[in-house]
Amino acid sequence: MKMKTTSMSMSTAKAKTFRSNMITYAMVILAYIIVEIFLNAGQVSSLIKGLLVPLTIYSIMAVSLNLVVGISGELSLGHAGFMCVGAFASATWTMLMKSSAMPPLLRFIIAIVIGAAAAAVFGFLIGIPVLRLKGDYLAIVTLAFGEIIKNIINALYFGIDDHGAHFSLKDSLSLGMDGGTVIIKGAQGITGTPKQATFTIGVILLLIALFVVLNLINSRTGRAIMAIRDNRIAAESIGLNVTRYKLMAFTISAAIAGAAGVLYAHNLSSLQALPKNFGYNQSIMILVFVVMGGIGNIRGSVIAAVILTLLPEVLRGLNDYRMLMYAIVLILMMLFTSAPSLIALRQQIMARFSKKNDEGKETT
Amino acid sequence: MMSFISYLLSGVSLGSIYAIIALGYTMVYGIAKMLNFAHGDILMVGGYAAFIALNQMGLPILVSTLLSMVICTLLGVVIEKVAYKPLRQANSLNVLITAIGVSYLLQNLALLLFGANPKSFTSFVPIKPVKLAGGALTISGETIVTILCCLIIVGGLVTFINKTKAGQAMLAVSEDKGAATLMGVDVNKTISMTFAIGSALAAIGGILMCSAYPTLTPTTGAMPGIKAFVAAVLGGIGSIPGAFIGGIILGVLENLSKAYISSKLSDAIVFSVLIIVLLVKPTGILGKKIMEKV
Repeated sequence: MKMKTTSMSMSTAKAKTFRSNMITYAMVILAYIIVEIFLNAGQVSSLIKGLLVPLTIYSIMAVSLNLVVGISGELSLGHAGFMCVGAFASATWTMLMKSSAMPPLLRFIIAIVIGAAAAAVFGFLIGIPVLRLKGDYLAIVTLAFGEIIKNIINALYFGIDDHGAHFSLKDSLSLGMDGGTVIIKGAQGITGTPKQATFTIGVILLLIALFVVLNLINSRTGRAIMAIRDNRIAAESIGLNVTRYKLMAFTISAAIAGAAGVLYAHNLSSLQALPKNFGYNQSIMILVFVVMGGIGNIRGSVIAAVILTLLPEVLRGLNDYRMLMYAIVLILMMLFTSAPSLIALRQQIMARFSKKNDEGKETT
Repeated sequence: MMSFISYLLSGVSLGSIYAIIALGYTMVYGIAKMLNFAHGDILMVGGYAAFIALNQMGLPILVSTLLSMVICTLLGVVIEKVAYKPLRQANSLNVLITAIGVSYLLQNLALLLFGANPKSFTSFVPIKPVKLAGGALTISGETIVTILCCLIIVGGLVTFINKTKAGQAMLAVSEDKGAATLMGVDVNKTISMTFAIGSALAAIGGILMCSAYPTLTPTTGAMPGIKAFVAAVLGGIGSIPGAFIGGIILGVLENLSKAYISSKLSDAIVFSVLIIVLLVKPTGILGKKIMEKV
């Protein structure tokens, strides 16, 4: 009898997560259809049009970071670094293949795979040492990693000629090129990447990212990752390989961030590793999306990314105060979710509201 | 050879600044077990306070320094009370995110108040450069004062912690909060005091840094703050001599790699050292290994 009830509750739980996942996908698809209808009707301002691809990029980044912060319970402040790796790896590929006969769509799909793979390799390599550390150390090392990547790419020169590839960390002259083309020009980055990232491809990538992350969460692996997050020692004592699972989450997250970087690289004609786009500030902004949407709530982070990207653009007057508001939101969210006295206050307020609602129901 | 000594000296000077900032990180980490991300930004506030006091209000150098220290101390204590104290029981991820929020808040408030344009900071050091070896080696007044300041502060802090009752209370709280409470130590007061000392040191660090590198922007404190944390980790977080050693190593390393390897890659080199140290010895040079109890 008891067995039966547990299996029943298991299946209802499964049905619930399935429904929740479907709602997430449906939300994205519905938003896509609505935007496409408006686009075809010519009702969309050029401002919003320019924001469509960044919206998908930020949503993907938020999903990716939420996998690390919410599911794995580690703080990464270097996610913009993975995005940077993905962007530069894929843009280099596209520039190499620009003059070949490969169809552009195929070239772009391979670029996405390359960007994601490159970021995954970096995620794996950085994850091995870093995931042995805990909490605050991990945050600071991932931050350091993001800065290292930005620094190196700003100093990197890469070119190709008949003799093969040339690297230099000094300047384009020291490449010793024999004709050929210089692709990465240090601080000037890569210029001339074709603008191939479209809203449709962005949404497809977002759906893939959601599919990967949501399925991971509801799998055996995902439960193991969350068990480690909730109590590392207990998880270890029942035989879970902590490093392996953490590394897996971290690598997958890096790969998704890399894919977002590919979109970024192919949305602009010139790609540079600036503090603004791949620096620490960008990592923090994505963290704000994750915190706003609810740590561990994948759907929430997509919604937060969209709202927080659109809001300051629509309300231009608020632009000066945007970062200030983000900061206050971060602090208040943390205080109201984690401080015992404020949690009590919040519950009091909620109780009062629900009481009012009950009274309202009774009178009607 | 002379140029090497000169690079080395300016490296030690930069390292002393890192060490002064790292002391604040390491003390707060040792006692509150949290990474106070906003520490670097308190340094920036100290810089602005000193700038306004000296350049716009025309106060004497010593008074400006004191004023800046008082403002930073108050700021540090208020931040602790408002943002960190309610979260003392929360998990470290949430505390860290709050600290990042505070850091961002300070940066953006400074941006709104003072604007993004860099302010050119007047040096607080009235000493003329010293010429050695027949003029082949020039040591700036800032270098001398910074190194001296750092030595005095480290010496003073070590004495304070080992010889005074308040210092002993800090040690006790850092080892075991519960036991310290039972022995009659006021934990809240001790933590506030730690934040106060750390923030006052940040003000000194900010003034010295802006004297040596005279531009002041709202993000002045961010990078040095992160590097000072790297220094604290390098030396072993929680240890005061460790913060000093880590700071000096980091400063020398940064300056020498800027001079001899690549000025563009110096940050990358500094951060790579952090990753390597954490790989080889996760507790840092002077850190103690803490056993985990279930």
